Amino acid sequence: MTNYDVLVVGGGHNGLICAAYLARAGRKVMVLEANEQPGGAAASREFASGYTVSSCAHWLTQLSPQISKDLALERHGLQLAARDLDSIGLAPNGQHVTVTGSAVEGAALSEEDKLAYAEFHRKTIKFSRLLARAFAERPPKLVESNLTDRINLLKLGLGMKLLGKEDMSELLRLALINMYDVMEEHFDNETLKGLLSFDGVLGAHMGPRSPNTVFGYLYRRVGDVHGYNGPAVVKGGMGALGSAMADAARALGVEIRTASKVEKINLDQGRATGVTLNGGEVIGAKLVVSNADPVTTFEKLVGFRNVETGLVRRVSQIRMRSGVAKLHLALNGLPSFSGLTETQLGQRLVIAPTMDYIERAFNSSKYGESSTSPALDISIPSVHDSSLAPAGKHVLSAIVQYAPYDLGQGWDNHKEAFTQQLIETIGTYAPDIGERVVASELLTPVDLEREFHIKGGHWHHGEISLDQVMMMRPFPGATQYGTPVEGLYLCGAGTHPGGGVMGLAGRNAAREIIKRGGAA
Amino acid sequence: MSRKQGDTMMLETPFHSRVALANELNLWEAWSGYTTPSAYFDVELEYFAVRSAAGVFDLSPMNKYRITGPDAGAFLNRLVTRDVGKIGVDRVGYTVWCDNAGQVMDDGTIFHLAENDYRLCAYARAMDWLSWSALGFDVSVVDESAEVAALAVQGPTSCSCLQSMGLDGLETLKPFGIAHFDFEGEDLMVSRTGFTGDLGYEVWIAPNKAETLWDKLFEAGKPYMIKPFGSQALELTRIETGFLQAGVDFVPAQETIRPGRSRSPFELGLGWLVDLNKPVFNGRQALIREQQIGSRYHFVILDVDGNKPAHNSFLFKGQQQVGTVTSAAWCPTAKSNVAFAQIETACGDIGDQLVAEIYYEKELHWTRVLAPCKVIDGAVFNPARRRMTPAVAY
Ligand SMILES: Cc1cc2nc3c(=O)[nH]c(=O)nc-3n(C[C@H](O)[C@H](O)[C@H](O)COP(=O)(O)OP(=O)(O)OC[C@H]3O[C@@H](n4cnc5c(N)ncnc54)[C@H](O)[C@@H]3O)c2cc1C
Repeated sequence: MTNYDVLVVGGGHNGLICAAYLARAGRKVMVLEANEQPGGAAASREFASGYTVSSCAHWLTQLSPQISKDLALERHGLQLAARDLDSIGLAPNGQHVTVTGSAVEGAALSEEDKLAYAEFHRKTIKFSRLLARAFAERPPKLVESNLTDRINLLKLGLGMKLLGKEDMSELLRLALINMYDVMEEHFDNETLKGLLSFDGVLGAHMGPRSPNTVFGYLYRRVGDVHGYNGPAVVKGGMGALGSAMADAARALGVEIRTASKVEKINLDQGRATGVTLNGGEVIGAKLVVSNADPVTTFEKLVGFRNVETGLVRRVSQIRMRSGVAKLHLALNGLPSFSGLTETQLGQRLVIAPTMDYIERAFNSSKYGESSTSPALDISIPSVHDSSLAPAGKHVLSAIVQYAPYDLGQGWDNHKEAFTQQLIETIGTYAPDIGERVVASELLTPVDLEREFHIKGGHWHHGEISLDQVMMMRPFPGATQYGTPVEGLYLCGAGTHPGGGVMGLAGRNAAREIIKRGGAA
Repeated sequence: MSRKQGDTMMLETPFHSRVALANELNLWEAWSGYTTPSAYFDVELEYFAVRSAAGVFDLSPMNKYRITGPDAGAFLNRLVTRDVGKIGVDRVGYTVWCDNAGQVMDDGTIFHLAENDYRLCAYARAMDWLSWSALGFDVSVVDESAEVAALAVQGPTSCSCLQSMGLDGLETLKPFGIAHFDFEGEDLMVSRTGFTGDLGYEVWIAPNKAETLWDKLFEAGKPYMIKPFGSQALELTRIETGFLQAGVDFVPAQETIRPGRSRSPFELGLGWLVDLNKPVFNGRQALIREQQIGSRYHFVILDVDGNKPAHNSFLFKGQQQVGTVTSAAWCPTAKSNVAFAQIETACGDIGDQLVAEIYYEKELHWTRVLAPCKVIDGAVFNPARRRMTPAVAY
């Protein structure tokens, strides 16, 4: 009853990409997606009549250019409304700081800081280039590595050597420490330090003083290596990217069934044989690839009781506490931010004026409270894309940190108050925002979990930190996209290299399956 | 200065007041945090009490986990290597459980107390592993080690002792069966189980009735020569009857530090406990692989020439060293010098001849003997009465 070579559970961008590469290699592939729309967290939604935003990810900063090319995404409708945008760190006194690729500007910025930034940028890009190379390959195995793994490790080692002695020891030092110390070492301007360190903690349940945050920063800079000289905005919202990928996959022969939630992954004598949909339909396949996060995959779909205890323990110990929420505002006109011109409103606006501000915001989250002064990553995409809102109107989308998944008082009681607080926080910089808001929506981590079927609503399907990357991702024993369950692979953000709309997890997984001759 | 209860680091079992009175040698050792007697009056006499009359051993320190809930059976089936579905209500099964690498973490017994209600007795503490294993099951796991007091009553007159204490009809209880009796208003659970390889029972009671139980049992057993025995006599009986001891004949996998020092069930001669037809259990994948590529070791029982126990001996086949001894004893009833050994898989078929290098000391004088030994088929002590129902009366 094996109809398909491969079933992909989940049509997030990684699932679609994985399916597309497998189909291109001749496999008969079907993607089963729970939601109505393909794309997963690369989605758009009309949250108020006439107002559309990217419902989850809103900046395209990392998508692998190789994948865009291989899948001919432009031909399938992907358009950027804007690209290479600046990141503007807002200061309450209006003395903002603007990062434009390799340079930084700002009224209150010293010449030393500008020079230091150029050097910091040079160094970090050099390191991120190394990462980008490792991200494009399967991670080596911790033990029993074979020739390919050794060559990859060697290349990584050689790459580090080629950094030169000074940069190499600097990388080894930096990768382990925290953004706070590194910022203090390099810069004076508080807003600049806030802006840069925010990039180190974005999507993570960490503050600038948490270890590993420099790694988080370098991880983000891989986007620069992929050719993004600053964030881009997808025309029609991120959902348009999801659609383009789905079309590209279909063009290669992939069958995509939306509104088809997988209830469980079926096993026979410990081997994956297909899936059962929540309506009871059973579909067989030679291989099953899960785009769902590793915890959902093993706890819900495979079932902890159907695998061995050691695996259950590994999976349960994956750190994936989330502290990220999403705010959507429908605006009756462009708000005015003090110290910003109208064209600047289309850039990436960051409210993280000092590192202590972020750290304090994080403190609350550690104890199950939402931040009283949250940090925000704001996009007003309608500046670039008038299709998102009625004429003359706008939408604002903001990534909010921190809003803990396990809020002590429960989100039902706090959602409205927190939304109000967020609008007030923006009001500190854009005093007229209150008058502009005609509708709003807050997606807490609990909502994100429900909407996108991601455990805890975690950005990366599992924290990006040194104990959970490369050969430790998603957990030891399941590296290289295979799992201890025969016939079951993983291809989502929870695998190497991690999350963000990058696509490499999906592509690497497909390449690994093809290489192992899976489902051929 | 006299010490009061609680002054010591060690816990005392519910029988302690009676055990301490009986412990004429005042010889103690630690077992799972409890102080327990190594011997009471004379190891050999204790041993002979077990073999020719009845011996009583306080096994309260045994780790006991109560497993209940709709998924209790399924939970255990995933945990252990054997098919738990085959252990009916009021039955006991011996089993081992493994880690994911197919290495033995422990051996123990599963008591099927009632529908969806089990007790797991374990050598090592297991709460951590059991809790992890419980994820995904509708099951409750409770450590009831301190809530249940237990005595092993072992030997040919054991049934008579218990009958004379009022356990009418006990003789019809089959090996590995469980029966319940009223004991002064408390439930007294009796299982026909033990570690001595003879007719014998284990009796389980609430701690507040422990002392009364001890008193009544020894009173009733007097005509049947009942005696308490300690861990050293137990050691002799279990070697004589071929039972492995966790921590001696294998190191629980979770306690090994060096790679390769743990053992699989196949390597311990316990392959009969492994049911690879079960779709999932801890260690299954690794054990299937081991069956394909072969085991590293092989467990054997040796009959060693002479009367010097082959403690810690190296074993040779010709010039080649092929294994080591893990347990050894001169077994008085069987009158044979027994050793358990782990040897390389290539040798050790029944009847194979090996040589044990034995060192022993008399008054600071060390002697080395090269004792021929033979791989034998099963334990040297295995009396028919162990299996007979109704139990033979004395
Ligand atoms: C609030 C927020 C903001 C973000 N902002 C950005 C950003 O600006 N830029 C950026 O690059 N990244 C951003 N990210 C991260 C990025 O969105 C994700 O890392 C990425 O989209 C993950 O892609 P994926 O394909 O691996 O998984 P997903 O997109 O999560 O896809 C998994 C898919 O599997 C489906 N699924 C799960 N279970 C089942 C089942 N049982 N049956 C059928 N289908 C199932 C889900 O419905 C989903 O469609 C953000 C994340 C969050 C949470």
